[in-house]
Amino acid sequence: MRIDCKHVWQHISAYIEGDVDSTLRGEIDKHLETCESCSAVLDSTRNVVILMADDRVFELPAGFSQRLHERIDRELQFGGS
Amino acid sequence: MLANPELEAECIRRVIAGERHLFHNLIRPCERSIYLLLLSLLKNEAEAEDAAQETAIKVYLNLHLFRGEAQFRTWVLSIARNEALGRLRKQGIRREESLDAVTDDQTGDYTPAILTSWREVPTAALEQKELGALLRKAIEGLPEIYRNIVLLRDIEEMDIRETATALGISEGAVKVRLHRARAMLQRELAPRLKAFAPKRKGLLWGRA
Repeated sequence: MRIDCKHVWQHISAYIEGDVDSTLRGEIDKHLETCESCSAVLDSTRNVVILMADDRVFELPAGFSQRLHERIDRELQFGGS
Repeated sequence: MLANPELEAECIRRVIAGERHLFHNLIRPCERSIYLLLLSLLKNEAEAEDAAQETAIKVYLNLHLFRGEAQFRTWVLSIARNEALGRLRKQGIRREESLDAVTDDQTGDYTPAILTSWREVPTAALEQKELGALLRKAIEGLPEIYRNIVLLRDIEEMDIRETATALGISEGAVKVRLHRARAMLQRELAPRLKAFAPKRKGLLWGRA
């Protein structure tokens, strides 16, 4: 049975995760070979996932870590044994 | 990304045994995740920072209760989440429902943005402030139940199981929400991110 585009889209996230069984993976791979739209959807979804993982997207506020560790120090010193 | 679990366990033992200064090393690998989760829940930078400090103190005070059933960071994040929920409750905002309730009953149908010319990841373009801002805005615009998942799984790169444990939901719910969140982000971002793709007069990818 050939799967259609909608079917492929439903499994895009799991496919990226490597969380589809080998039969389904095989069907999706076969579909992707001939369907330019779906391989574009897969690529762009994967690109979004890769970009989000970059630490430059969300940065901690300046001085956050220093203030956190100063607060911890106060607790360690005065917070009892 | 994470400390070696054995070293971590050893460090926890030593802190409890009295080498309190080692707590700094223990919490350091977790602090970014703590802050981002709290920011996602509280939507206020100053309050997220205050709650992050409170979370670190609670982790320290409750360290003897950590049993090693989950990863240390996961345990820490569940403390952060409780801290945020407590604050929201005090503010009279009942957000637990939106966090925990099963609201995954919509259909999974969506139509993605189909752009055949965007193949390369423009990581170099992250040097430009606009790209980061675009991504942040899209992520911040997600409904909360999706945003938290994206934050832990895709931004902090925790695995599905640890994400589920930290948020107190099932792995199945994580997968469903992750799928929807990524689909929403793809539809929102793909048409805009294309503009940041490296310009290559296409030999390989073929579009000039």
